Formats: sequence, C-alpha cells, structure tokens
Amino acid sequence: MERTTIDLWVGIFVALGFAALLGLAMKVGNLTTSSIGQTYLVTANFENIGGLKPRAPVKSAGVVVGRVSEIVFDPKTYEAVVSLNIDTRYNFPKDTFANIYTAGLLGEQYIGLEAGGDEVNLKNGDKISQTQDAVVLEKLISQFLYSKATESDDKPGKTAATSTESGVDALDASPLDKIGK
Amino acid sequence: MVLHKLKRMLSKLGAGCINKIWRLGAGGRLFWLTLISSGESFRRFRLTIREVYFTGVLSLIIILVSAFFVGMVLALQGYHTLQKYGSSEAIGVLVALALVRELGPVVTALLFAGRAGTAITAEIGLMKATEQLSAMEMMAVSPIARVIAPRFWAGVIAMPVLATLFSMVGILGGYLVAVPLIGVDAGAFWSQMQANVDWEYDILNGVFKSVVFGVACTMIALFEGYDAPPTAEGVSRATTRTVVTSSLAVLGLDFILTSFMIAV
Repeated sequence: MERTTIDLWVGIFVALGFAALLGLAMKVGNLTTSSIGQTYLVTANFENIGGLKPRAPVKSAGVVVGRVSEIVFDPKTYEAVVSLNIDTRYNFPKDTFANIYTAGLLGEQYIGLEAGGDEVNLKNGDKISQTQDAVVLEKLISQFLYSKATESDDKPGKTAATSTESGVDALDASPLDKIGK
Repeated sequence: MVLHKLKRMLSKLGAGCINKIWRLGAGGRLFWLTLISSGESFRRFRLTIREVYFTGVLSLIIILVSAFFVGMVLALQGYHTLQKYGSSEAIGVLVALALVRELGPVVTALLFAGRAGTAITAEIGLMKATEQLSAMEMMAVSPIARVIAPRFWAGVIAMPVLATLFSMVGILGGYLVAVPLIGVDAGAFWSQMQANVDWEYDILNGVFKSVVFGVACTMIALFEGYDAPPTAEGVSRATTRTVVTSSLAVLGLDFILTSFMIAV
C-alpha cells in the first residue's frame, strides 16, 4: 500500500487531537491532581449541610485527603448523612471532628477534619460522631441583628449575645462580638 | 375573500409541515442506510482517510485561528467582570470551563458546518446533478457505501479532534491575554483551572458533545446534498439549507445534551 501525503496530514491531525486531549487532561483538568487511589468510606451526620455538594473536597489541615461521595437525607433522624471517601494513606482517630467550612466568604463548601486524640483509627464504614454544621449566613445575620436589638433595649455594656437559635449554638458569640464591637 | 386567503395560508403551512416531516423521515432512512453500509468505509479505510483530510485537516486553520481569538476575548471580557469582585485569578477557570464545556464543541460545530458541511453538500449535490451517483448504481456500486459513508465517518472522526484542539488553543489564547498582557499570576491561573475542571464531568462530556454534533452536522450536510434537486439552483439552495439546519440542530442539541449532563 503506497503512502500519500494525505495520510501524513491525517496522521498529524489525529495526533494533534490526541495531544490536545492529553493537554486538557494534564494541564487543564484535575486528572493528575485529584487522583485519590484507594479510599475508605466513613459517614457523618449533620443537622444542616448548607451548600455542600457531592464531590466536594475533604480537607485536613488544608490538604485534600478525600472527597464527599454521597449526601442523603435520613428521614428518621431528620439529618443529612454525608459519606466521605478518604484516601487509605491517611488515618484519622476515632474521635475526629468533622466541620463544614466555606472557602472564602462566598466560595464552595468543604469538609474539614480535625484529628482527635483517640488511639483507635477510623475504619471503613465507621461514623464520625462529632460534627459541626455549616454556617448559614442568614442565621448569623439575624442573630447579630437580634443581639444588637436586645443590646440597645437593655443597657449597653451587656455584650454577651444570647444565641437563641439552635443551629448557631456551636458558633457561640465570638465572631458576632467582633462584628458588634 | 379573507376566508379564502386564510384557507390558502393554512394549506401552505400544512404542506410545509408535511414536507419537513417527509424530509426528516428520508434523512433518518439515509442515516440508517449509511450505518448499515459503512462496513466498506472501514474495510477500505483509505476512502475515509481522504475525507478526513478534506473535512478535518483543511478546516484546521479556520478552527485554530478562531479558537485563539475566542480564548483571548473570553479572557478580556472575563477579567473585566471578575476584577470587580476581586477574584481575577478565577479567569483561568472561566476561560477553561467556558471553552471545554460549551464554546469548544458548539463554535467548532458551527464553523465545521460552514466550512466542511457546505463543501460536502455541494460536492454530493453536483455528483448527483452530473449523474455520477446514477452511474455508480449502474455499475452496481452502492453510492451510499462508496460516497456517503466515508464522508460520514470522516466527519464523526474529525469533529471531536477539531473541538479538542479548539479548546486547547482557546485556553492558550486566554492564557496569553490573562498572564503576560493583563498580569494575572500564572500559577494561580493554572492551579485554579486544574482545581475546578473535572476530567470526566467537564472534558469528556465536552468531547461527547462534539461527537454528537459531528454526527448531526455531517448527516445533515450529506442528506441535503443527496436530496438536492439536480440543478444549479437546487444545489445552491441545498447548501444554504445545510448551514441553517446544522446551526439550528447544533444549538438545539446543545441545550438537550447540556440539560442531561448538568443533572440537577
């Protein structure tokens, strides 16, 4: 079969296409960076997950250690059950704390793991019992306004904001006080 | 008098609709015939390669140049808005996602319909007008297997390659504007892009879109050519219809595909 220049050009064309796909995969996409190898699954219950989405990163000390695989609603406890795929290279103690954080003020939400001090590590299928819900901005603002109103009603000087809503209990009043002062 | 006019208008509308549906059916039949007689275009792969050269390689210049400009414009426009919110580093994500998910496949398909689709229609229409297709049939050579199928597969092969190249070159164009010209940090440009562009969800879906567009554009061009009245005017009208129909089909299909891919 004799070769023609057309064959050469088509060969170059298709090779260019593959090169571009490879370039997209390596340079543009996260095929290289997000390749988490073997993972184990743990779950965590949250009362409110805010805007957390499946495939959101799971970070510990700012390093991505896994991804959110699934979020379902538990109709018995009325809580969100979040399944996390964590890289088998990383082991966390059984009393690890799972928080939902927001990257930046308006950024995407992710799960932050804070290691505890337990001797036993989390295994596949375990449940993280200590969790903290997502910060809902509206609740934060309404609480702030409420505390401001009580402050001016009562006497100035009484600064401790009384948190009335259950979802923001965990926040305490520390960030609010800063804004208030 | 008015009633008569209305009646004529209605019957014209009905005839137009029936004609469209008839053409849709004929197009579907041609698609099926192409698929079942495409064995030869793989056995004699040289035929297909020749068509890849004409539809793909010769479209490279227009695709790459427009990709470059589209990427540069995206970076300029995106920067203008993003810097108002103090997140100009997100320019890389914006350019990459816009190109990989939408503009790459869609603009490539539109250009492909204009550059290669018209050529296919005119070529086949002229082959029909000069009775080359009938001559093939006389010699017991199926014109669908010999002429239509290789062009179809060439379009299906060329389109994803062109769309991928479009995305890549567009991102390079965006990089050139964002980093050396505007002064966005190069590290942030690439790292934000890598953190937010997903291989399967964004890139492979974009490639899948371009394959579907390739099938649609090529098939419309082939059908219009095969169906063209064998006159100079008929071929010219068929060529115009190719561009109009493929553009509309691409944009409509894009909406359908996107709504499937972005499963809410």
